[in-house]
Amino acid sequence: MVPGIDGFMYPNEVELQWSVLIVLYPYITGLVAGAFILASLERVFRVDAVRPTYRLALLTALAFLLVAPLPLQLHLGHPERSFEMYLTPHRSSAMAMFGFVYLWYLTVVLLVEIWLEYRVEIVELAQSSTGIKRWIYAVLTLGSYNISPAARRVDDKVGFAVTVIGVPSAFLLHGYVGFIFGSVKANPWWSTPLMPVVFLFSAMVSGIAAVMVLYAVSMKMRRTPIDMRCLDTIARYLFYTFVIDFTLEMLDLIHRTYESDESFRSLDFMVHTRLWGSHVILQIFLGTLVPLALLAANQLWTYSEGVRKAMYMTAGGLTLVGIFAMRWNVVIGGQLFSKSFLGYTTYKVDMVSREGLVPAILLMLLPFAIFLVLVKLLPPWRGGTTHEA
Amino acid sequence: MDISRRDMFKLGGKLLVLASVGATLEQITGTSPPSDAYRMADHWWGMIIDIDECIGCGNCARACSTENNVPQGYFRTWVERYEIEEGKPPHVESPKGALDGFPPLTRTDLKSFFVPKLCNHCVDSPCVQVCPVGATFVSPDGVVLVDQTYCLGCRYCVQACPYGCRYLHPETNTVDKCTLCYHRITKGLTTACCENCPTGARLLVDFKNPKDPVHELLRTHKVQVLKPYMATGAKVYYENLDGEVR
Repeated sequence: MVPGIDGFMYPNEVELQWSVLIVLYPYITGLVAGAFILASLERVFRVDAVRPTYRLALLTALAFLLVAPLPLQLHLGHPERSFEMYLTPHRSSAMAMFGFVYLWYLTVVLLVEIWLEYRVEIVELAQSSTGIKRWIYAVLTLGSYNISPAARRVDDKVGFAVTVIGVPSAFLLHGYVGFIFGSVKANPWWSTPLMPVVFLFSAMVSGIAAVMVLYAVSMKMRRTPIDMRCLDTIARYLFYTFVIDFTLEMLDLIHRTYESDESFRSLDFMVHTRLWGSHVILQIFLGTLVPLALLAANQLWTYSEGVRKAMYMTAGGLTLVGIFAMRWNVVIGGQLFSKSFLGYTTYKVDMVSREGLVPAILLMLLPFAIFLVLVKLLPPWRGGTTHEA
Repeated sequence: MDISRRDMFKLGGKLLVLASVGATLEQITGTSPPSDAYRMADHWWGMIIDIDECIGCGNCARACSTENNVPQGYFRTWVERYEIEEGKPPHVESPKGALDGFPPLTRTDLKSFFVPKLCNHCVDSPCVQVCPVGATFVSPDGVVLVDQTYCLGCRYCVQACPYGCRYLHPETNTVDKCTLCYHRITKGLTTACCENCPTGARLLVDFKNPKDPVHELLRTHKVQVLKPYMATGAKVYYENLDGEVR
């Protein structure tokens, strides 16, 4: 009897191959995609109420996107060979496209949009600052100091076009991550065409929740009043996307239960035992039903500002925990059962090894550190630029 | 004989190319390159396993482990023992991959049999499909191999294999698996597992060899592959395979 094993596993299955770092990967890319979608609400879909979070959402997306490849790098047996994915990508591999999707999103969408959004301020700061700051902003201008009204109109138009391209790109980024899992036919826990769609909507949910919490916390730290119209609107969009996300996940669950194929008994047992805490309690109850109830209550009844803030923050925090649990249950849950459907293994999280808990926590903190630097460099509060295009 | 500088460069270049080709094959297969007489295009390798002939001695697993220096706790081949009681899920075990054989059965009134497992060297291998850099590939003679000098160690292929045949080698940090003893079969030998099977339950076959007994066997016997619904084009065929086997 092998410790941690119930029933029969193929001998090579005992050890889990994808660790907590691979849980972080879809979680982080999801936050990126979701934050960008929220930014696009203002820019493309003309939801003016969320304007105070436009820049914040872009910087959040960038901070997380810069960290997104790191858990993958750390996980690889040979990180020094990862560049081969760019040089000799295997065209039939879903994973091979990650580098290209990532680069497209980073360089063509996010960096361009942020640069255009901040260009006027960058130029002004390059001219008004002194010392090293002047040098940094001078580099950021990329040599373009023309901020005439005509040039700004062009910026606005190009920025709009980039955001329009960015929306399907954000969908591509996270839908693609879902496809990496959903296309593994050997694994019935992953293999469903719903996976990219579920990943996409859960990404939007997590990204919107993250920006909502970040916005409220930032305002609190800056001792600036929160724009409640903005917060109410974000919470409303969070509610809408969450309803779609939950519906899709339930559709998947009902479909699996009704179809009850060969794998069902094994997966059902896993959910009721090893995944009970992370799936049923954390993901479905605390991470979905409770925030949904809090958000739904705000659609039905009117509460005071203080109560609304508390409800939104609780809902946002729980949502972020719930979506993390969802990524955990997909990645780790998908490796806990045997492909023989006859047994289960256990995931033991290391603490300080390369793929352990400590690196994972540090990687999760890193985007916030980057975010602080970005906010310092490109303050999102002074904005209020009206997008006309 | 006069040798010009140009000739010297040409000769040196040719030697360099040959040496590097040899080195690559050596790294891929783990041993020396195929003999000169071996032509990949003339072969298409697979295996036939007769469940009724397997006695669960574990010789195959031990031979493979020794021959290929398989790291402890991982398996290129292993043997499973199924015990099936009517109306109940099967009880399956493979203690240490059967390296030490099996303990005696606790009940003798049940249907029981052994199932040797190894990479199925699939034609439409999901592992090959998902490798992001093409480090794992089907060789021209039908063997699924991993280029250890190219593998990133991302382990997507481990997830994609429906049969649990792959693992991350703890020393090389690259994915490792059954090579069908490529270093042996390209020299006209059989695999270590087949060679050491005392009952002849495992038989290396060459589908491109018209004289190979596999053709007669496939014509006259009922055979099956593991998880046929996966449509991987598995080339390890089983005789007398029970429907409960996964």
